[in-house]
Order: sequence, then structure tokens, then C-alpha cells
Amino acid sequence: MKRYVYINDDESSHELFCDNRISNRKYTVLNFLPKNLWEQFSRFMNQYFLLIACLQLWSLITPVNPASTWGPLIFIFAVSASKEAWDDYNRHLSDKKANEKPVWVVRQGIRKHIQAQDIHVGNIVWLRENDEVPCDLVLIGTSDPQGLCYVETSALDGEIDLKTRVIPAACMGIDFELLHKIKGVIECPNPDKDIRRFDANLRLFPPFIDNDVCPLTIKNTILQSCYLRNTEWACGVAVYTGNETKLGMSRGIPEPKLTAMDAMIDKLTGAIFVFQIVVVMVLGIAGNVWKDTEARKQWYVLYPLEGPWYELLVIPLRFELLCSIMIPISIKVGWLGDDQFLYLKSKVSLDLVKSLYAKFIDWDSEMIDYETGIPSHATNTAISEDLGQVEYIMTDKTGTLTENIMIFRRCCISGVFYGNEGGDALKDTKLLNAVAGSSPDVVQFLTVMAICNTVIPIKSKTGAILYKAQSQDEDALVNAAAQLHMVYVNKNANILEIRCNGSVIKYEVLETLEFTSDRKRMSVVVKDCQNGKIVLLSKGADEAILPYAYAGQQTRTFIEAVEQYAQLGLRTLCLAWRELKEDEYQEWSLMFKEASSTLVDREWRIAEVCQRLEHDFEVLGVTAIEDRLQDGVPETIETLRKAGINFWMLTGDKQNTAIQIALSCNFISPEPKGQLLLIDGKTEDEVCRSLERVLLTMRITSSEPKDVAFVVDGWALEIALKHYRKAFTELAILSRTAICCRVTPSQKAQLVELLKSCDYRTLAIGDGGNDVRMIQQADIGVGISGREGLQAARAADYSIGKFRFLKRLILVHGRYSYNRTAFLSQYSFYKSLVICFIQIFFSFISGVSGTSLFNSVSLMAYNVFYTSVPVLVSVLDKDLSEGTVMQHPQILFYCQAGRLLNPSTFAGWFGRSLFHAIVVFVITIHAYAYEKSEMEELSMVALSGCIWLQAFVVALETNSFTILQHLAIWGNLVAFYVINWIISAIPASGMYTIMFRLCRQPSYWITMFLIVAAGMGPVLALKYFRYTYRPSKINTLQQAERMGGPILSLGNIEPQPRSIEKEVSPLSITQPKSRSPVYEPLLSDSPNSSRRSLGPGTPFDFFQSQSRLSSSYSRNCKDN
Amino acid sequence: MDANGATTSSAAGGGSNSKSSAKKNSRKPKYSRFTQQELPACKPVLTPGLVITTFTIIGIIFIPLGLVSLSASEHVVEIVDRYDDSCVPPNYSNDKLKFIQTADTNKSCVRILSVPKLMKKPIYIYYQLDNYYQNHRRYVKSRSDQQLRSKSGEKDVSDCSPEDRTKNGPIVPCGLVAWSLFNDTYGFSLDSKTIRVNKHDIAWKSDKDHKFGNDVYPKNFQTGGLIGGAKLNSSLPLSEQEALMVWMRTAALPTFRKLYGKIEEDLPANKKIQVVIQNNYNTYSFGGKKKLVLSTTSWMGGKNDFLGIAYIVVGGLCLFLAVFFILLYVIKPRPLGDPSYLSWNKSPSGQPN
Repeated sequence: MKRYVYINDDESSHELFCDNRISNRKYTVLNFLPKNLWEQFSRFMNQYFLLIACLQLWSLITPVNPASTWGPLIFIFAVSASKEAWDDYNRHLSDKKANEKPVWVVRQGIRKHIQAQDIHVGNIVWLRENDEVPCDLVLIGTSDPQGLCYVETSALDGEIDLKTRVIPAACMGIDFELLHKIKGVIECPNPDKDIRRFDANLRLFPPFIDNDVCPLTIKNTILQSCYLRNTEWACGVAVYTGNETKLGMSRGIPEPKLTAMDAMIDKLTGAIFVFQIVVVMVLGIAGNVWKDTEARKQWYVLYPLEGPWYELLVIPLRFELLCSIMIPISIKVGWLGDDQFLYLKSKVSLDLVKSLYAKFIDWDSEMIDYETGIPSHATNTAISEDLGQVEYIMTDKTGTLTENIMIFRRCCISGVFYGNEGGDALKDTKLLNAVAGSSPDVVQFLTVMAICNTVIPIKSKTGAILYKAQSQDEDALVNAAAQLHMVYVNKNANILEIRCNGSVIKYEVLETLEFTSDRKRMSVVVKDCQNGKIVLLSKGADEAILPYAYAGQQTRTFIEAVEQYAQLGLRTLCLAWRELKEDEYQEWSLMFKEASSTLVDREWRIAEVCQRLEHDFEVLGVTAIEDRLQDGVPETIETLRKAGINFWMLTGDKQNTAIQIALSCNFISPEPKGQLLLIDGKTEDEVCRSLERVLLTMRITSSEPKDVAFVVDGWALEIALKHYRKAFTELAILSRTAICCRVTPSQKAQLVELLKSCDYRTLAIGDGGNDVRMIQQADIGVGISGREGLQAARAADYSIGKFRFLKRLILVHGRYSYNRTAFLSQYSFYKSLVICFIQIFFSFISGVSGTSLFNSVSLMAYNVFYTSVPVLVSVLDKDLSEGTVMQHPQILFYCQAGRLLNPSTFAGWFGRSLFHAIVVFVITIHAYAYEKSEMEELSMVALSGCIWLQAFVVALETNSFTILQHLAIWGNLVAFYVINWIISAIPASGMYTIMFRLCRQPSYWITMFLIVAAGMGPVLALKYFRYTYRPSKINTLQQAERMGGPILSLGNIEPQPRSIEKEVSPLSITQPKSRSPVYEPLLSDSPNSSRRSLGPGTPFDFFQSQSRLSSSYSRNCKDN
Repeated sequence: MDANGATTSSAAGGGSNSKSSAKKNSRKPKYSRFTQQELPACKPVLTPGLVITTFTIIGIIFIPLGLVSLSASEHVVEIVDRYDDSCVPPNYSNDKLKFIQTADTNKSCVRILSVPKLMKKPIYIYYQLDNYYQNHRRYVKSRSDQQLRSKSGEKDVSDCSPEDRTKNGPIVPCGLVAWSLFNDTYGFSLDSKTIRVNKHDIAWKSDKDHKFGNDVYPKNFQTGGLIGGAKLNSSLPLSEQEALMVWMRTAALPTFRKLYGKIEEDLPANKKIQVVIQNNYNTYSFGGKKKLVLSTTSWMGGKNDFLGIAYIVVGGLCLFLAVFFILLYVIKPRPLGDPSYLSWNKSPSGQPN
């Protein structure tokens, strides 16, 4: 699957590939109505509601005036449709703007100004500084003499640092004028959405250069929506256009997430639906029986002897319509998805409330990261309640738990430890002296630090040198080297300049062997411009460097150094070098070139070739970089632990590092309180045995108050997930803590999937591109807008600035959202059921004929207005103050276990609605009997009884009254009367003068008070009894909080065992000096690490046995 | 959620980038007590004191109120006389339906009512129907308010089926409700002196003024094949046909009373009133009862003990609950917010399952 792009060929590609017209439109003018209607009614619930609405048109069965039902429905439909149309129009406008943007394109050898939509594949596009890239281009020329240009990719991946892009070697040095006439062919894969890969080849046609194939990578491209910066001009060949660009391909609407609460509401809705059907059937049969036995005798009803064929259906259908309000439309039913049809109605209750929860998160001044000034943000406004039900948190390590600011702390050069005394090698006089004395080992070490990287030095106007680094580790190393008088001054095409103790040394970079997370090291091949020597400089993880030292080198001190630094929680890198012979390099260079121009499996072929060069190292030393824990991480983990949330750490790091950090941030407890169980093994059998052993221990210790955690590495995890999924799942359920190290992004996502499949609510938090998959997979994704760009934050449902905000996000916002929605949704059912039950009771005294007691206006206003306003302010309700929740995080258990919304609480509300319906109905028909039994009056008495009860129910269920709540609850009651007075003043309305008459009757008011007392008395008594004699823990805390009881101080006294023993670690050799150091020996989390992992069965073995590759190799061998 | 940076076209992305620094500052939300969810709030606690006081107060208010309502109801003098059975001549007692449906039978019937207590004017005369479903779906909808309101709506009979039109044009007033108009009549005499019955101002004023037009005259009414109830004087506009207005205020309950007229003189106690009833209306086919009711009125309306009794019962229950809670409080005191109920270890909070 390849495409061949002929450069500057005006004819050939026009038919083959699409033009550059971008289209995000969903509709056209013609298909808007049918398509929009189809979309709205393609959902089951919408069809149901449409059916109900259609039935209402049949005047024989409709209980109310059809116009009053259809009016709002059509209005709602019109509003949502016009919103769609408006959005689509705006999309069209912005498409048009992008499409008609003028760009410079070469046509018939001349540069012409054309519209962006007319660009065709193969055209040469010219860009100026700050221009937006109109389509995916392969660079062929820039203003920079070395063929460099800088692009800003934030629209693509959210990363704000400038990226360098370089023209392919083949185009190097082509004259500006000749670029117009360049001809050639680019062989590239079909469009895909991977913005980190572009494996293609370029071949220029004569006369430009001989028929040499030049490999292209993503570094040679500039992609649509990027911006050209700091470069005067650049030009490139369009390879992907229109909707086939990498950006266009990656457009997509993510699946909407469904909260546990939505699922529960769905279930309850289903139950109510079934109940409704049963009621309808029972009443329908009863109605038909009554009709045949009684109604025929009631001569005034004048039933015809022979009815039409559908006669039997009429009464059941009438009841179906009467009972259809049982399912409150204002509840956003889960299966409705983003329901357009009921857009406005749902807006008035649940959606509005949910977006307010999200706003509260956005507004929260306690969750603003004051270092960067970035507030927290809820991207997904629909899932706040889920935050309160989180059971598992999967967290990344680097940048999430740690700050991701790397500082060079210590090093070990040729067996000499620097920085051990002061904790800072840069201030160690020994090292400074060695640098001053130009000790050859030290100089070589610093050279590797300074130039074995992909950093770009940029001279600012003041003359200071700024480094543009893609990895924090490299940045730390280069800066440290600069402070040690090995300054990386300039990079001029392939020529590097470093200034060492005053003298300038130049190196020519011959090859860069890039870092991948599988190779775990990177190297550069440079040529010393003074003496022409070619050297290989490498840095990488210890297991990727030390085993490849030349035979005879003593690596024991380095291993010790690595271990010692690891104990301190520092990230270690080993530096090494090797001198290459000219011919060895030349020979290898050819292979490398060939490997890097393959289109198939390029990555592992390059890895294989690199392996041929990276051996027989002379190890120079070990660097140690510190990455500090973020503020408040241990406390946050401790608090959330207490709240019953289980933590899993998923990291790409090695086991020791992960364990050390886990210890330092309270993740696991040291011996003897905690116990770490290791699952390892290279083969299926080993993993299986290990897994069973751990499982056994787990089962035994699950009753003991001991913190048991298991540690698993990526390879064992892969086997476990593949072959022992059941056992591993059991383990996952048993274990509250787990550390998964050396896991790939896809494994992270798999683990989330596993826990989700066990019906746990999972939250994934991370900051880097490698966390995106897990964030999207989890029920809730939280991104930290950290230093690794915004990729994770963009993909996430919530983005926060610091890990510690998670505590507030879950305990305060999540918990409140859950409580509020629990009340709101059940209340919505309750109020609908009350009115519905009254209608059902009324049908028994109206000959089971399906008469509606209430008139259409009242019914509509009841659901949409009277009962939704007071309950809306329950978004301000707080059952406990934030401080109390923080002190007693255990209270989150009520949310996690779904104690506030489940079938039994719902049964309570159902019972209450039945009771209240009975109270209202019985009192009304007895108080308004005989001469008062006028239909309109009686219906208004019943309705006002309901409204009064609603007000008191909401008042009783409100935990904290702010002025807004008082306004809404009592103001609504007043509004009910005002509205009905207004309606009663209209002569044409059915209820003309009714409300005035009622309000003048003392018996009306007496009836109201009776309804309230009889309806609320038992509810209050029951609530009081439970509150005082069977208090839930929430009640106890409420009482304590409000009475100033003794509990509140209790939280502080509660022992916090972990904090005391924090520094004691069972594995440590030396006592750490700083309290919470963190280290990570790899560049594993740097952005370019999310590469495709090598498939199993690769026929080479260049890693230590620990890595997955080697094992897959050995397994392969066994299979053979 | 545009996870992939898929903001529609890339133009949008560019704008946000150039302004990103300025935007960052403005993104910082403004502090207000509302946005921080920190509005001052009052948090009531259901303390024993509060709850017991509430119940006591409700009890103390409700019982006297109940007694007052009950006494108001007791002061209403009411005479109820069921006449549907006894107004059928003995020879028809096995086939009442035939009696009522035969046109030439003598329908008049004399009843003697005794006045138990002095009845002060005005005395309301009601007829009460039992087991009569004016609220039936088929019945209650079978009317045309447009037609009743003005002459221009005369043809608006779409809801009135089957009593919508005759060969001569639309029926005014159409529909089952009007068609089944009650047609028993009562004549009262005390000591062989006729008591004047005022049949004016028995309908709602609003009905006379707005619902029943003064230019609408009955047309084609009760001229079809089936005769329902009463006929109307076709020379009077609907706005003066008050019996029709009363009848068309449909009742919500199957047992209802409708005003027939008013007696505007006092009736002394222990007197006998002679009532001559024209027993025309058919309730025999469905076993409905017909009652004649004479009633005085109080501030609460007619005689109705329900509210009084209900108030006393509810008030009593509240007092009982108050006493019960006091006892519970004395016998089994429970300090609110006792930390001993907070032992988190008892319930394994971590494992909700």
C-alpha cells in the first residue's frame, strides 16, 4: 500500500488523489432536514418518544390537547436542529476560510498565488515565516543554509516547544531558483493518522542528482496545521492533501463515556419502563372489562354497540399516554446518547446541572496551578459523578507523581564518585578541579554529556545560549556540562561546536542513532574536525550499556554506582564511547543507509544495524539526575487511600526505581508493615508459578491488616495477560496496590481495560503522550498539563496542573457531584411518579376510561417548570463541608459503593411517591366531595397539593440552605400561584377564574396544610429516627460538624503510620539524605518514546535477557 | 473533546496559539463565593429538640383547627332524601327501566321531608347523583367550548361526536354533556304554601359572562333519534340557561351534587316540607342513585366532616410522635455526632463489594 508522488508533475496526480479541499460539514442544504431528522430519530428512546407524540395526535386517545405536547416538541426540535445547522454553517465557514486561503504554489514552473483548496499532491508549496501549513509537505528547501526549519506543532500534538525539521539529504544544496524545476518521485505509505511516523523514500530525477534513493522520516515533513517559525521561508512537496492529511485522518469523534450513575439511571429507567407497561396492560384490560360490563349501561356515554376494529386498543393506548410521563423526559436517559430530540428538556435538568459541576471545577481557585497560572479544566462535562465513584487510580510516574524537572546531581567518572558529599556534583570541588586540570576521562565524559543528544542550541539576542531539548534528561545533561565549562555553543548543519576551557572544538555529526524505548540508548557518530577521528558516543540505561563494555573493562564500580544512585531515587544514565576505524564506519554507514530507507519494519532494521555498532564500549561513567516528587503527593495518595481508592502505578521505568518512588510517596509501606510480592519470569511456566505463588500469599494475607502489593514487569505482564488472564484478574481484585514497571502504552491501556472488565471504576492519570491511550481507555482520564506538552491533557476528561489537585477533584467535586446527581435523578422520578400515580388513582373513579385529571398546561408546566426549578439549586447543596470530607476521606465509600443511588434507595423514593400520591388523592377527593367536585377545581387542588409537597420534600432533603435555595424553593411556590393566577385571568383558558375562586376558599388552604402535614409528617419522623438512631456515617459527621462535636478534631489525631517510616526502606544501602528523591534511569517517558514496539519473533538478540525482545526471541527458538 | 487536535479547520488552532499567553491569564477564573461554592449557608440539624417541637406545634395547631372545622360542619343543617327507588310506582318496581323510558307514565311523585333544625336562608337545593361518571373520558371531552362561547363557533362540533349534528345542521349545544342534561324538577311547599325557589345565580358568574355566549341559542337540540335529558328553551340564549351551565361544569367524582336552586327564606325546625318531584331522569339503567339535598352553608362550605376529622387525626398522630420521640430520647439517649459510630475499621471501606 504505497503511493507514488511525482513532484511538480501537473497532470498525473489529479485523478489519483483528492485535492486539498477540507470538509468538516455534516450536512448540505439539501440533505439537512432528512439527515438531521434521521439522526435524531435513529435512537430507540427517541423513537419511543416520537411514537408517544404521534399517538397524541389521535384525538380519540390523547388525554390532553395535542398542540400543547407538540408545540414544545417541535420547538425543541427546531432549536436543536438550528443549533446543528448553525454549527455546521460555522464549520463550513471555517472550512471555506481554510480552503480559500492564498498560498504560493509552483505551477508550470512559475510560482503562483492560488487557493489552498487547489493544491494537488505533488505540487511544490512555498511558505513564509508564521504561515500555516496547508497540507502535509515533504520539505525540499528552506532559507536556512543547512536546510533546517522550525515548526510549531501545538495544533497537532499540543506540544508547545519548537521542533526542528530538516530537508532530506538529497535536496541539500539545491539552488533557490532551481527548486521550481525540481522533479522526482516520493514513495510513501498511504495516508494514516500516525503523526510520529513517515517512512518514505525520495528519488530526484536528473539533472538534479543521480538516481540515489534518499530516505525520508517524519523529520523531513511539515504537517498540516503546523506553523512555520523562525525560518524565513520553506518549501515542500505536497504528499497528503485535504482530508487525507495526518491531521485529517486523526479527526474523529470519541465515544461518549457513560458514568456508572448513568448506567444505574438506565437500569432504573428500564425498571420504570417495565412497570409502566405492566400498569398500562392491567389498566387497559380493566378498562375494557369495565367498558363492556358497566359503560354500556351508562347510557349518557353512548357507547356504540359495534366499535371499530381497534376498539380494544383505545383504552390501553390512552393509559400508555397518561403513563408516559412516568419516565421523566427531563432525565437524560443513557441510551439517548447526546440526545437532540430532547435537547432542551434535558438541558433544563441533568445536563445543565452537569455542566455546572464542570464549571465549578473550572472555577475552583484552589485547583489553580499558581506556578503556571493554569486552572483545572473539565473537558468532559458529563462524567463528574464518576469522580466520586472511583475505585482504582492508575497513575503514571514521571511528570505525574514527580515534577519532571531534571537536575544533574551526581556522577561517577572512572570509578570516582562526585557529588556524594554536598549532594551536588556541580559544586564538588574535586570535580571542578578535575575539569580545570583537563583530566582526559573527565573531558571525555563531559563531551559525551554535551554532544550525545538531539539538543539544539539557540543563541538569543543577548548572547546567552538556550537549549531546545525534547527530553528533560538531555536538557539537564547539556546544561550541567555547560556549567562545567563544556559549553555546547552551536550547531551548524552537521558541525557541532563546543567550547571547552576556552578552546573551541568542532565535531562533524555523521549519524544519529536515535533513542527508542526498546533500545534504551542513543548514540551519535561524530568526527573530530581537528584530527579526523571518528568516535561513537553513547548514553543509555545501565542494562543497555554496561553489558556491552569491551572485554576486560571493570564495570563493577559502575554497577555499584548505579545501584547506589537508584537507592537514592535518582535517574541514572551510563555514558560510553568507542573509537571507530574509518573503514568500519564506512561499511556500517552503508548498511545504516539501506536500513533507514526501507519501508517495511524500518524501526527494527535500524535497531539491528545500530546494534552492530554499539558494542565494545569504553564506559566512561554514570550520571545521576534528580526528579523531585511533586508537592503533596504522599499526602494525596494517603488521603485517597483512606478514601478506599486503590492505586496502581504504571510506569515505563525499571523495577527498582519504581519501588523506590513508590516507597517515598507512600504508595507502598516498607517492611514489616507492607509486603511486596514479585511476579517475574521469562517463560510461561515461570510466570505461571510466580503468579500462583503470589496469588496464594495474597489470599492468605488478605485478612491481615497488611499492605500487600505486587510488582510485575512488562514482560511477565504480557504473558500473564495472554495466558493467565483469569488468575491475574483475581490477583488484580485482591490487590489494593500494584506496581507495573516496564510497561508500554498499550499495556497500560490493557490494564485499565482489565480492571474495567471487573466492573471497577477506573481513573487514569498521566501527563505524557505515552499515557494517552490509558487515559482514553479509563472511565475517567485525568491529564496533568505538565512539561511534556498538552497531549495527555487534551485527550483527558479533566486536566489539572498538579497531582495533588486530584484529592480535591475526587473528594470535593466528585463526591458532591455524585450526591447531587443521586438526589436529582431520583427526585425527577419521584415527582413524575407522584403525578402519574394520581392519574392512575383517578382512573379508578373515572370508569377506567383514561381521563386525565390534570389539564395539558398544568401537566407540561409541572415537569418543565414547577418541579425542576427548586431542584436545580440542589447543585449548591453540600451535605458535609469540604474540610470535613478532607479529614474523613473514608466517607467517599458511600459514593463508591453507590449507597445514594441504587435500587433500594430508589425503592424508597418510589414508596414515597406512592405515599404522597395517596395522601394528595385521598385528601383531595374527600375534602372536595359532593358539590365541590368540579373537575377543574379538583385538579388544581390536587396539583397544588403536589407542588406544596415538592417544596417541602426538596427542603427536607436539602442539607445546606443558601439564599439561592430559599429563593428557588419558596419562590417557586409563589411563582406557581402567580402563574396560575395569570392563567386564571385569561377568559379563553379552561381554568378561567379557578385559581381565584380556590384562593378565596378557606377550605382550600386548610386542605393544603393537611396535605403537607400528612405527607411530610411520616417522612420527617422516619428521617429523624434514622438520623438519630440509625445514623449513617454521613449523618454522624453532619451532626458533629454542625454541633461542633468532638469528631472533627479526631481526624488529626488519627495515626498516619506511613509518614513516620517514610524514609526507612528495606532495600536501601545508604540512608537517603533528601526526603523524597526520585529517580528514573531512562529517557523512557520522553515524547519520542511512544514508538511502535517491535513485533515478536524478531530474529536478533541484542538486549539483556530482561527485555521483552530477547525473551520473544528465546521463545521463538524454543518453538522451533 | 478534540483529543486529536481536531479543531475543525486548522485556522482555529492558529488563532489560539498566537493569543495563548494572553489567554492563559484571562483563563484564570474570577473569585466569587458562588463560583467557589462558598455561599453562606444555613445547615439545619434534625436535633431532637427541633423535631419534637415541630411535631408538638403541629399537633397543638391542628387539633383545635380540626375541632373548629368539625363544629362548622356540624352547624350545617342538611336534609338528604333518596327518591329514585320510592318514586317508582309499585307496579313498575320490577322493571324500573321500562317505567322511566315509557313516555306516558306518570312521573310525578310526592316526598315529605322533615326539617330537623332551623335552616337559615339561603338554603341550597342540590340534586345528588351516585355512580354517575361525568368524568368518563368519552363524556368529558364531548363538548365544544367554542360553540358555547359565541355564535361564530356554531359549526365547531368536531369533538361532540356522536351528538354533533342532525340533518338540519349542527346541534347547539352539542355533545354528550349537554345532551344528557338532568331533567328532574322539584316543587316545594310548606304547609301547602309554595316555597319560592330561586333558580337564578346558581351558575358561576364567569360562566355566564364569558363561557356561554348571549348570542348563542339552542338549535336542533334533543331533536335527534335519541332523546337524552332535558330540553332547552330555544328562545333563551345560553348565557341565561343556568341549569345547563351547572350541568356542564363536569364533576370529577362519580358521586356529585349540583345546585338546583336556592330557597331564600328560613325553614323552621320540625316542619314538614312537601316536595313534588318530576322523576324524569334515567339512572335506573346503571343503578345510579338520585338524591335531593337541602343544605345550609358555613364558612367551610357544605356539610363535610372529613377535614375536621382528618385534622384531629393528623394532629393527634403528631402529638403521639412527639411523645414517642421524647420517650425515646429519655430512655435511649443518643448524643449526636458520637465519634464511636465512626469506626471506619468496622466496615472495610476499601472493598465495597
